[in-house]
Amino acid sequence: MIIVKDLWKKFGDLEVLQGFNLEVQKGEILVILGRSGVGKSVLLRHIIGIEKPDKGTVEVNGVVISELKQKDIYKAVMNMGMLFQGGALFDSMNVLDNTGFYLSQHKNPETNKRYKKEEIKQKVVEALKMVDLEEAIEKMPSDLSGGMKKRAALARLIVYRPQILLYDEPTTGLDPITAQQINELIVKTQNELKGTSIIVTHDIHSALYVADRIALIKDGKIAYIAEPSAFMEIDDPLIKVLKETLTHHPQARKEQKDV
Amino acid sequence: MGIVVKFYNSTLNVIAGFGDYMRLIGNVFWAMFKKPPNWSLLREQLYNIGVLSLNVVAVTGISTGVVLAAQSYYQLAEKGLAGVTGIMVAKAMITELGPVLTALMVTGRVGSAMTAELGTMQVTEQIDALKSMAINPNAYLVAPRFLAGIIMVPLLTIFSIILGIWGGYVISVYFFGMSPSTYFDPMPFHVTMFDIVTGIVKAIFFGIILITVCCYKGMQTKGGAAGVGRSTTTSVVISYVTILVSDFLLTIALNSLHQEMMTDWV
Repeated sequence: MIIVKDLWKKFGDLEVLQGFNLEVQKGEILVILGRSGVGKSVLLRHIIGIEKPDKGTVEVNGVVISELKQKDIYKAVMNMGMLFQGGALFDSMNVLDNTGFYLSQHKNPETNKRYKKEEIKQKVVEALKMVDLEEAIEKMPSDLSGGMKKRAALARLIVYRPQILLYDEPTTGLDPITAQQINELIVKTQNELKGTSIIVTHDIHSALYVADRIALIKDGKIAYIAEPSAFMEIDDPLIKVLKETLTHHPQARKEQKDV
Repeated sequence: MGIVVKFYNSTLNVIAGFGDYMRLIGNVFWAMFKKPPNWSLLREQLYNIGVLSLNVVAVTGISTGVVLAAQSYYQLAEKGLAGVTGIMVAKAMITELGPVLTALMVTGRVGSAMTAELGTMQVTEQIDALKSMAINPNAYLVAPRFLAGIIMVPLLTIFSIILGIWGGYVISVYFFGMSPSTYFDPMPFHVTMFDIVTGIVKAIFFGIILITVCCYKGMQTKGGAAGVGRSTTTSVVISYVTILVSDFLLTIALNSLHQEMMTDWV
Protein backbone atom coordinates (compact mmCIF):
# COMPACT_ATOMS: atom_id res chain seq x y z
CA MET A 1 0.00 0.00 0.00
CA ILE A 2 1.24 3.47 -0.88
CA ILE A 3 0.17 6.52 1.13
CA VAL A 4 1.24 10.02 0.14
CA LYS A 5 0.34 12.72 2.65
CA ASP A 6 0.50 16.48 2.13
CA LEU A 7 3.49 16.29 -0.24
CA TRP A 8 5.12 19.56 -1.25
CA LYS A 9 7.99 19.95 -3.71
CA LYS A 10 9.48 23.06 -5.25
CA PHE A 11 12.12 23.33 -8.02
CA GLY A 12 13.50 26.86 -8.07
CA ASP A 13 10.46 29.13 -8.11
CA LEU A 14 8.16 26.42 -9.48
CA GLU A 15 5.93 24.79 -6.87
CA VAL A 16 5.31 21.39 -8.51
CA LEU A 17 3.52 19.44 -5.79
CA GLN A 18 1.30 21.44 -3.49
CA GLY A 19 -0.08 19.35 -0.67
CA PHE A 20 -0.46 16.17 -2.72
CA ASN A 21 -2.46 13.35 -1.13
CA LEU A 22 -2.90 9.83 -2.48
CA GLU A 23 -3.65 6.28 -1.35
CA VAL A 24 -3.04 3.26 -3.55
CA GLN A 25 -4.20 -0.13 -2.35
CA LYS A 26 -2.18 -3.34 -2.67
CA GLY A 27 -2.95 -5.09 -5.94
CA GLU A 28 -4.27 -1.94 -7.57
CA ILE A 29 -3.22 -0.31 -10.85
CA LEU A 30 -3.55 3.44 -10.57
CA VAL A 31 -3.06 5.58 -13.67
CA ILE A 32 -2.12 9.22 -13.20
CA LEU A 33 -2.96 11.69 -15.94
CA GLY A 34 -2.18 15.37 -16.16
CA ARG A 35 -0.60 17.98 -18.35
CA SER A 36 3.18 18.12 -18.76
CA GLY A 37 5.03 19.62 -15.81
CA VAL A 38 2.31 19.05 -13.21
CA GLY A 39 4.56 16.74 -11.18
CA LYS A 40 3.50 13.24 -12.26
CA SER A 41 7.06 11.93 -12.68
CA VAL A 42 8.18 13.87 -9.61
CA LEU A 43 5.61 11.94 -7.59
CA LEU A 44 7.02 8.60 -8.80
CA ARG A 45 10.54 9.76 -7.96
CA HIS A 46 9.38 10.56 -4.41
CA ILE A 47 7.78 7.15 -4.01
CA ILE A 48 10.98 5.35 -5.02
CA GLY A 49 13.13 7.63 -2.86
CA ILE A 50 15.07 9.44 -5.60
CA GLU A 51 13.62 12.81 -4.54
CA LYS A 52 13.21 14.17 -1.02
CA PRO A 53 10.05 16.19 -0.34
CA ASP A 54 10.14 19.74 0.98
CA LYS A 55 7.24 18.78 3.22
CA GLY A 56 4.94 15.81 3.67
CA THR A 57 5.44 12.05 3.78
CA VAL A 58 5.54 9.08 1.43
CA GLU A 59 4.77 5.73 3.02
CA VAL A 60 5.20 2.43 1.17
CA ASN A 61 4.06 -0.79 2.83
CA GLY A 62 4.31 0.83 6.25
CA VAL A 63 7.79 2.34 5.72
CA VAL A 64 7.98 6.14 5.58
CA ILE A 65 10.42 6.44 2.67
CA SER A 66 10.58 10.23 2.83
CA GLU A 67 12.03 10.22 6.34
CA LEU A 68 14.72 7.59 5.81
CA LYS A 69 18.44 8.23 5.45
CA GLN A 70 19.86 7.47 2.01
CA LYS A 71 21.41 4.13 3.04
CA ASP A 72 18.06 3.01 4.46
CA ILE A 73 16.25 4.14 1.33
CA TYR A 74 18.30 1.65 -0.70
CA LYS A 75 17.09 -1.13 1.60
CA ALA A 76 13.49 0.09 1.49
CA VAL A 77 13.29 0.21 -2.31
CA MET A 78 14.69 -3.30 -2.83
CA ASN A 79 11.17 -4.48 -3.52
CA MET A 80 10.29 -1.62 -5.84
CA GLY A 81 11.01 -0.95 -9.47
CA MET A 82 10.59 1.89 -11.92
CA LEU A 83 10.32 2.01 -15.69
CA PHE A 84 11.87 5.28 -16.80
CA GLN A 85 10.53 7.36 -19.65
CA GLY A 86 13.54 6.83 -21.94
CA GLY A 87 14.20 3.30 -20.69
CA ALA A 88 17.40 4.37 -18.87
CA LEU A 89 19.24 1.29 -20.08
CA PHE A 90 22.93 1.27 -19.21
CA ASP A 91 24.81 2.27 -22.37
CA SER A 92 27.86 0.20 -21.54
CA MET A 93 25.98 -3.10 -21.20
CA ASN A 94 24.17 -5.31 -23.68
CA VAL A 95 20.53 -6.31 -23.21
CA LEU A 96 21.49 -9.47 -21.30
CA ASP A 97 23.59 -7.57 -18.75
CA ASN A 98 21.09 -4.72 -18.53
CA THR A 99 18.20 -7.07 -17.87
CA GLY A 100 20.10 -9.18 -15.37
CA PHE A 101 21.71 -6.19 -13.66
CA TYR A 102 19.57 -6.19 -10.51
CA LEU A 103 20.06 -9.93 -10.06
CA SER A 104 23.83 -9.62 -10.50
CA GLN A 105 24.01 -6.94 -7.81
CA HIS A 106 21.75 -8.40 -5.11
CA LYS A 107 21.42 -11.68 -3.28
CA ASN A 108 18.57 -14.08 -3.86
CA PRO A 109 16.22 -13.29 -0.93
CA GLU A 110 15.15 -16.95 -0.72
CA THR A 111 18.64 -18.46 -0.44
CA ASN A 112 20.52 -15.34 0.74
CA LYS A 113 23.21 -16.24 -1.78
CA ARG A 114 24.35 -14.52 -4.97
CA TYR A 115 22.59 -15.62 -8.14
CA LYS A 116 24.69 -17.85 -10.39
CA LYS A 117 25.42 -16.64 -13.92
CA GLU A 118 23.38 -19.43 -15.52
CA GLU A 119 20.49 -18.68 -13.17
CA ILE A 120 20.56 -15.00 -14.14
CA LYS A 121 20.72 -15.82 -17.83
CA GLN A 122 17.76 -18.18 -17.52
CA LYS A 123 15.65 -15.53 -15.76
CA VAL A 124 16.73 -12.89 -18.28
CA VAL A 125 15.76 -15.09 -21.22
CA GLU A 126 12.33 -15.70 -19.62
CA ALA A 127 11.81 -11.98 -19.09
CA LEU A 128 12.94 -11.14 -22.63
CA LYS A 129 10.58 -13.78 -24.00
CA MET A 130 7.75 -12.05 -22.14
CA VAL A 131 8.56 -8.77 -23.89
CA ASP A 132 9.25 -10.54 -27.19
CA LEU A 133 12.87 -9.44 -27.29
CA GLU A 134 14.90 -12.63 -26.86
CA GLU A 135 16.55 -12.17 -30.28
CA ALA A 136 18.12 -8.90 -29.07
CA ILE A 137 19.83 -10.42 -26.02
CA GLU A 138 23.37 -9.63 -27.24
CA LYS A 139 22.55 -6.20 -28.65
CA MET A 140 23.73 -2.94 -27.12
CA PRO A 141 21.15 -0.25 -26.24
CA SER A 142 22.47 1.94 -29.07
CA ASP A 143 21.41 -0.77 -31.55
CA LEU A 144 17.80 -0.86 -30.29
CA SER A 145 14.81 1.14 -31.49
CA GLY A 146 12.78 3.25 -29.04
CA GLY A 147 10.18 0.51 -28.63
CA MET A 148 12.81 -2.18 -28.12
CA LYS A 149 14.51 -0.03 -25.48
CA LYS A 150 11.22 0.35 -23.60
CA ARG A 151 10.60 -3.39 -23.79
CA ALA A 152 14.14 -4.17 -22.63
CA ALA A 153 13.66 -1.75 -19.73
CA LEU A 154 10.39 -3.47 -18.90
CA ALA A 155 12.16 -6.84 -18.93
CA ARG A 156 14.80 -5.37 -16.58
CA LEU A 157 11.98 -4.35 -14.27
CA ILE A 158 9.97 -7.56 -14.26
CA VAL A 159 12.96 -9.91 -14.01
CA TYR A 160 13.32 -9.26 -10.27
CA ARG A 161 9.59 -9.30 -9.60
CA PRO A 162 9.19 -6.14 -7.48
CA GLN A 163 6.00 -5.69 -5.50
CA ILE A 164 5.69 -1.97 -6.24
CA LEU A 165 5.93 -1.08 -9.92
CA LEU A 166 6.17 2.50 -11.12
CA TYR A 167 5.88 3.28 -14.82
CA ASP A 168 6.83 6.68 -16.19
CA GLU A 169 5.07 7.11 -19.54
CA PRO A 170 5.52 3.49 -20.64
CA THR A 171 3.83 3.88 -24.02
CA THR A 172 4.94 7.38 -25.01
CA GLY A 173 6.52 7.50 -28.46
CA LEU A 174 5.58 3.94 -29.34
CA ASP A 175 3.56 2.73 -32.30
CA PRO A 176 0.03 1.55 -31.39
CA ILE A 177 0.90 -2.15 -31.68
CA THR A 178 3.96 -1.92 -29.42
CA ALA A 179 2.03 0.35 -27.05
CA GLN A 180 -0.70 -2.26 -26.79
CA GLN A 181 1.92 -4.98 -26.18
CA ILE A 182 3.30 -2.90 -23.33
CA ASN A 183 -0.19 -2.37 -21.91
CA GLU A 184 -0.84 -6.10 -21.99
CA LEU A 185 2.50 -6.75 -20.33
CA ILE A 186 1.73 -4.30 -17.55
CA VAL A 187 -1.54 -6.07 -16.83
CA LYS A 188 0.06 -9.52 -17.13
CA THR A 189 2.88 -8.51 -14.76
CA GLN A 190 0.38 -7.10 -12.31
CA ASN A 191 -1.69 -10.27 -12.40
CA GLU A 192 1.40 -12.41 -11.83
CA LEU A 193 3.07 -10.38 -9.12
CA LYS A 194 -0.11 -9.24 -7.37
CA GLY A 195 1.77 -6.05 -6.58
CA THR A 196 0.83 -2.39 -6.73
CA SER A 197 1.36 -0.33 -9.86
CA ILE A 198 1.31 3.38 -10.53
CA ILE A 199 1.43 4.45 -14.16
CA VAL A 200 2.03 8.00 -15.28
CA THR A 201 0.89 8.57 -18.84
CA HIS A 202 -0.63 10.93 -21.39
CA ASP A 203 -2.07 7.98 -23.30
CA ILE A 204 -5.79 7.76 -22.51
CA HIS A 205 -6.12 4.47 -24.46
CA SER A 206 -3.45 2.95 -22.26
CA ALA A 207 -5.06 4.41 -19.13
CA LEU A 208 -8.46 2.97 -19.91
CA TYR A 209 -6.96 -0.41 -20.76
CA VAL A 210 -4.83 -0.94 -17.65
CA ALA A 211 -6.33 1.16 -14.86
CA ASP A 212 -8.34 0.11 -11.85
CA ARG A 213 -8.58 3.80 -11.01
CA ILE A 214 -7.54 6.93 -12.88
CA ALA A 215 -6.40 10.15 -11.21
CA LEU A 216 -6.00 13.58 -12.75
CA ILE A 217 -3.41 15.99 -11.35
CA LYS A 218 -4.05 19.73 -11.47
CA ASP A 219 -2.27 22.52 -9.60
CA GLY A 220 0.06 20.13 -7.82
CA LYS A 221 -2.63 17.91 -6.33
CA ILE A 222 -5.21 15.33 -7.35
CA ALA A 223 -8.25 16.98 -8.89
CA TYR A 224 -10.24 13.80 -9.55
CA ILE A 225 -9.78 10.11 -8.89
CA ALA A 226 -12.25 7.46 -9.98
CA GLU A 227 -12.74 4.16 -11.76
CA PRO A 228 -12.21 4.45 -15.55
CA SER A 229 -15.88 4.57 -16.58
CA ALA A 230 -16.79 7.08 -13.86
CA PHE A 231 -13.66 9.11 -14.59
CA MET A 232 -14.61 9.61 -18.23
CA GLU A 233 -17.98 11.00 -17.16
CA ILE A 234 -16.45 13.78 -15.03
CA ASP A 235 -17.32 17.23 -16.32
CA ASP A 236 -13.88 18.77 -16.76
CA PRO A 237 -12.38 20.51 -19.82
CA LEU A 238 -9.24 18.33 -19.78
CA ILE A 239 -11.21 15.09 -19.51
CA LYS A 240 -13.42 16.35 -22.35
CA VAL A 241 -10.30 16.77 -24.52
CA LEU A 242 -9.13 13.28 -23.53
CA LYS A 243 -12.52 11.90 -24.53
CA GLU A 244 -12.27 13.58 -27.91
CA THR A 245 -8.87 12.00 -28.55
CA LEU A 246 -10.29 8.53 -28.03
CA THR A 247 -10.38 6.90 -31.46
CA HIS A 248 -11.84 3.65 -30.32
CA HIS A 249 -13.01 2.01 -27.14
CA PRO A 250 -10.19 -0.15 -25.90
CA GLN A 251 -10.96 -3.73 -25.11
CA ALA A 252 -11.88 -4.23 -21.52
CA ARG A 253 -8.87 -5.76 -19.89
CA LYS A 254 -11.13 -7.88 -17.73
CA GLU A 255 -11.31 -10.20 -20.76
CA GLN A 256 -7.55 -10.64 -20.67
CA LYS A 257 -7.62 -11.03 -16.91
CA ASP A 258 -10.12 -13.84 -17.17
CA VAL A 259 -8.27 -15.75 -19.88
CA MET B 1 21.74 46.02 -5.17
CA GLY B 2 21.30 43.48 -7.97
CA ILE B 3 25.04 42.88 -8.12
CA VAL B 4 25.22 42.37 -4.35
CA VAL B 5 22.37 39.85 -4.43
CA LYS B 6 23.97 38.05 -7.39
CA PHE B 7 27.33 37.94 -5.59
CA TYR B 8 25.63 36.69 -2.41
CA ASN B 9 23.78 33.96 -4.34
CA SER B 10 26.92 32.93 -6.26
CA THR B 11 28.89 32.71 -3.01
CA LEU B 12 26.16 30.59 -1.44
CA ASN B 13 26.16 28.31 -4.51
CA VAL B 14 29.92 27.89 -4.36
CA ILE B 15 29.78 27.04 -0.63
CA ALA B 16 26.87 24.63 -1.17
CA GLY B 17 28.71 23.05 -4.12
CA PHE B 18 31.86 22.62 -2.03
CA GLY B 19 29.77 21.05 0.73
CA ASP B 20 28.22 18.61 -1.76
CA TYR B 21 31.67 17.81 -3.15
CA MET B 22 33.06 17.06 0.31
CA ARG B 23 30.00 14.94 1.05
CA LEU B 24 30.64 12.96 -2.13
CA ILE B 25 34.22 12.28 -1.01
CA GLY B 26 32.95 11.23 2.44
CA ASN B 27 30.31 8.96 0.89
CA VAL B 28 32.85 7.34 -1.41
CA PHE B 29 35.27 6.67 1.46
CA TRP B 30 32.40 5.25 3.52
CA ALA B 31 31.21 3.09 0.61
CA MET B 32 34.74 1.73 0.07
CA PHE B 33 35.19 1.10 3.77
CA LYS B 34 31.91 -0.82 3.96
CA LYS B 35 32.51 -2.84 0.83
CA PRO B 36 35.55 -2.57 -1.45
CA PRO B 37 34.66 -2.03 -5.11
CA ASN B 38 33.93 -5.06 -7.22
CA TRP B 39 37.15 -6.34 -8.84
CA SER B 40 35.76 -6.35 -12.40
CA LEU B 41 34.71 -2.69 -12.08
CA LEU B 42 38.07 -1.76 -10.53
CA ARG B 43 40.00 -3.64 -13.22
CA GLU B 44 38.11 -1.80 -15.95
CA GLN B 45 38.97 1.56 -14.36
CA LEU B 46 42.60 0.59 -13.74
CA TYR B 47 42.83 -0.18 -17.45
CA ASN B 48 41.01 3.01 -18.51
CA ILE B 49 42.98 5.32 -16.26
CA GLY B 50 46.33 3.55 -16.31
CA VAL B 51 46.95 1.51 -19.42
CA LEU B 52 45.11 3.77 -21.86
CA SER B 53 46.97 6.83 -20.54
CA LEU B 54 50.44 5.33 -21.03
CA ASN B 55 50.96 6.82 -24.52
CA VAL B 56 50.01 10.35 -23.65
CA VAL B 57 51.95 10.28 -20.37
CA ALA B 58 55.00 8.79 -22.12
CA VAL B 59 55.02 11.50 -24.79
CA THR B 60 54.61 14.22 -22.14
CA GLY B 61 57.33 12.75 -19.90
CA ILE B 62 59.90 12.30 -22.68
CA SER B 63 59.31 15.68 -24.30
CA THR B 64 59.47 17.47 -20.95
CA GLY B 65 62.71 15.69 -20.03
CA VAL B 66 64.24 16.43 -23.43
CA VAL B 67 63.34 20.14 -23.39
CA LEU B 68 64.34 20.52 -19.75
CA ALA B 69 67.76 18.94 -20.43
CA ALA B 70 68.29 21.08 -23.54
CA GLN B 71 67.34 24.34 -21.80
CA SER B 72 69.43 23.47 -18.72
CA TYR B 73 72.44 22.54 -20.84
CA TYR B 74 72.33 25.77 -22.86
CA GLN B 75 72.06 27.90 -19.70
CA LEU B 76 74.56 25.96 -17.59
CA ALA B 77 77.23 25.13 -20.17
CA GLU B 78 78.10 28.83 -20.56
CA LYS B 79 79.00 28.92 -16.88
CA GLY B 80 80.80 25.58 -16.97
CA LEU B 81 78.06 23.82 -15.03
CA ALA B 82 76.83 21.43 -17.73
CA GLY B 83 77.39 18.53 -15.34
CA VAL B 84 74.45 19.70 -13.27
CA THR B 85 72.02 19.00 -16.14
CA GLY B 86 71.14 15.50 -14.96
CA ILE B 87 70.40 16.70 -11.42
CA MET B 88 68.26 19.57 -12.76
CA VAL B 89 66.20 17.21 -14.89
CA ALA B 90 65.80 14.61 -12.15
CA LYS B 91 64.87 17.10 -9.41
CA ALA B 92 62.42 19.00 -11.58
CA MET B 93 60.79 15.84 -12.95
CA ILE B 94 60.48 14.13 -9.57
CA THR B 95 59.21 17.02 -7.46
CA GLU B 96 57.25 19.15 -9.94
CA LEU B 97 56.91 18.37 -13.62
CA GLY B 98 56.29 14.64 -13.33
CA PRO B 99 53.35 14.85 -10.89
CA VAL B 100 51.83 18.06 -12.30
CA LEU B 101 52.05 17.27 -16.00
CA THR B 102 50.89 13.68 -15.51
CA ALA B 103 47.88 14.88 -13.52
CA LEU B 104 47.02 17.49 -16.15
CA MET B 105 47.31 14.96 -18.99
CA VAL B 106 45.23 12.37 -17.12
CA THR B 107 42.61 15.03 -16.41
CA GLY B 108 42.43 15.88 -20.09
CA ARG B 109 42.28 12.29 -21.27
CA VAL B 110 40.46 10.42 -18.50
CA GLY B 111 38.79 13.06 -16.29
CA SER B 112 36.91 14.71 -19.12
CA ALA B 113 35.69 11.34 -20.39
CA MET B 114 34.57 10.42 -16.86
CA THR B 115 32.54 13.60 -16.52
CA ALA B 116 30.99 13.08 -19.94
CA GLU B 117 30.13 9.44 -19.17
CA LEU B 118 28.63 10.12 -15.73
CA GLY B 119 26.95 13.29 -17.01
CA THR B 120 25.28 11.35 -19.82
CA MET B 121 24.19 8.70 -17.33
CA GLN B 122 22.73 11.46 -15.15
CA VAL B 123 20.74 13.22 -17.89
CA THR B 124 19.44 9.93 -19.33
CA GLU B 125 18.25 8.79 -15.88
CA GLN B 126 20.69 5.86 -15.75
CA ILE B 127 21.92 7.01 -12.34
CA ASP B 128 18.31 7.24 -11.15
CA ALA B 129 17.79 3.74 -12.53
CA LEU B 130 20.67 2.54 -10.33
CA LYS B 131 19.06 4.16 -7.29
CA SER B 132 15.68 2.64 -8.18
CA MET B 133 17.39 -0.77 -8.13
CA ALA B 134 18.71 -0.11 -4.62
CA ILE B 135 22.28 0.46 -5.82
CA ASN B 136 24.34 3.31 -4.40
CA PRO B 137 25.82 5.16 -7.41
CA ASN B 138 28.71 6.43 -5.28
CA ALA B 139 29.72 2.86 -4.47
CA TYR B 140 29.05 1.49 -7.95
CA LEU B 141 30.29 4.33 -10.17
CA VAL B 142 32.59 6.61 -8.18
CA ALA B 143 34.40 4.27 -5.76
CA PRO B 144 36.10 2.11 -8.45
CA ARG B 145 37.22 5.23 -10.33
CA PHE B 146 38.46 6.80 -7.11
CA LEU B 147 40.49 3.77 -6.06
CA ALA B 148 41.86 3.27 -9.57
CA GLY B 149 42.87 6.95 -9.66
CA ILE B 150 44.73 6.73 -6.35
CA ILE B 151 46.62 3.67 -7.62
CA MET B 152 47.22 4.67 -11.23
CA VAL B 153 48.06 8.38 -11.10
CA PRO B 154 51.15 7.80 -8.87
CA LEU B 155 52.23 4.86 -11.08
CA LEU B 156 51.83 6.97 -14.21
CA THR B 157 53.78 9.74 -12.50
CA ILE B 158 56.67 7.36 -11.76
CA PHE B 159 56.53 6.20 -15.39
CA SER B 160 56.59 9.81 -16.60
CA ILE B 161 59.53 10.71 -14.31
CA ILE B 162 61.59 7.73 -15.50
CA LEU B 163 60.93 8.57 -19.15
CA GLY B 164 61.65 12.26 -18.51
CA ILE B 165 65.03 11.46 -16.97
CA TRP B 166 65.74 9.03 -19.80
CA GLY B 167 64.75 11.66 -22.40
CA GLY B 168 67.13 14.12 -20.73
CA TYR B 169 69.85 11.47 -20.83
CA VAL B 170 69.36 10.79 -24.54
CA ILE B 171 69.57 14.48 -25.53
CA SER B 172 72.46 15.20 -23.14
CA VAL B 173 74.57 12.24 -24.19
CA TYR B 174 73.75 11.81 -27.88
CA PHE B 175 73.14 15.44 -28.85
CA PHE B 176 75.32 17.47 -26.51
CA GLY B 177 78.01 14.84 -26.15
CA MET B 178 77.94 14.62 -22.36
CA SER B 179 79.24 11.38 -20.84
CA PRO B 180 76.60 9.10 -19.28
CA SER B 181 78.39 9.17 -15.94
CA THR B 182 78.35 12.99 -15.88
CA TYR B 183 74.59 12.85 -16.34
CA PHE B 184 73.79 10.05 -13.91
CA ASP B 185 76.54 9.92 -11.26
CA PRO B 186 75.62 13.08 -9.28
CA MET B 187 71.94 12.06 -9.02
CA PRO B 188 72.17 9.75 -5.99
CA PHE B 189 73.89 12.53 -4.01
CA HIS B 190 71.38 15.22 -4.82
CA VAL B 191 68.06 13.51 -5.32
CA THR B 192 66.86 12.75 -1.81
CA MET B 193 64.19 10.49 -0.41
CA PHE B 194 62.28 13.65 0.44
CA ASP B 195 62.13 14.56 -3.27
CA ILE B 196 60.70 11.15 -4.11
CA VAL B 197 58.15 11.31 -1.26
CA THR B 198 57.15 14.81 -2.42
CA GLY B 199 56.51 13.54 -5.95
CA ILE B 200 54.48 10.55 -4.78
CA VAL B 201 52.42 12.53 -2.23
CA LYS B 202 51.62 15.14 -4.87
CA ALA B 203 50.63 12.45 -7.36
CA ILE B 204 48.23 10.85 -4.83
CA PHE B 205 46.66 14.24 -4.03
CA PHE B 206 46.32 15.15 -7.69
CA GLY B 207 44.76 11.76 -8.41
CA ILE B 208 42.18 12.32 -5.68
CA ILE B 209 41.45 15.85 -6.93
CA LEU B 210 41.04 15.00 -10.60
CA ILE B 211 38.88 11.92 -10.05
CA THR B 212 36.59 13.44 -7.44
CA VAL B 213 36.14 16.76 -9.27
CA CYS B 214 35.39 15.03 -12.57
CA CYS B 215 33.02 12.48 -11.00
CA TYR B 216 31.29 15.18 -8.95
CA LYS B 217 30.71 17.40 -11.96
CA GLY B 218 29.43 14.40 -13.92
CA MET B 219 26.99 13.38 -11.19
CA GLN B 220 25.73 16.98 -10.90
CA THR B 221 25.04 17.38 -14.62
CA LYS B 222 21.72 18.90 -15.64
CA GLY B 223 20.30 20.04 -18.94
CA GLY B 224 20.78 17.39 -21.61
CA ALA B 225 23.64 17.27 -24.10
CA ALA B 226 24.51 20.94 -23.59
CA GLY B 227 24.71 20.29 -19.85
CA VAL B 228 27.11 17.38 -20.42
CA GLY B 229 29.33 19.66 -22.51
CA ARG B 230 29.26 22.37 -19.84
CA SER B 231 30.06 19.90 -17.05
CA THR B 232 32.95 18.42 -19.00
CA THR B 233 34.54 21.81 -19.66
CA THR B 234 33.99 22.95 -16.07
CA SER B 235 35.41 19.77 -14.58
CA VAL B 236 38.62 20.07 -16.61
CA VAL B 237 39.05 23.77 -15.78
CA ILE B 238 38.37 23.25 -12.05
CA SER B 239 40.70 20.23 -11.93
CA TYR B 240 43.53 22.12 -13.68
CA VAL B 241 43.23 25.14 -11.40
CA THR B 242 42.90 23.03 -8.25
CA ILE B 243 45.90 20.89 -9.20
CA LEU B 244 48.07 23.96 -9.85
CA VAL B 245 46.99 25.74 -6.65
CA SER B 246 47.33 22.61 -4.53
CA ASP B 247 50.78 22.00 -6.08
CA PHE B 248 51.94 25.29 -4.63
CA LEU B 249 50.31 24.61 -1.26
CA LEU B 250 51.73 21.07 -1.09
CA THR B 251 55.21 22.33 -2.00
CA ILE B 252 55.12 24.84 0.85
CA ALA B 253 53.57 22.39 3.33
CA LEU B 254 55.89 19.48 2.54
CA ASN B 255 59.03 21.62 2.57
CA SER B 256 58.03 23.28 5.86
CA LEU B 257 57.36 19.86 7.36
CA HIS B 258 60.64 18.55 6.07
CA GLN B 259 62.59 21.51 7.46
CA GLU B 260 60.91 21.11 10.82
CA MET B 261 61.71 17.41 10.91
CA MET B 262 65.34 18.08 9.95
CA THR B 263 65.64 20.75 12.67
CA ASP B 264 64.23 18.37 15.29
CA TRP B 265 66.52 15.60 14.11
CA VAL B 266 69.63 17.84 14.29
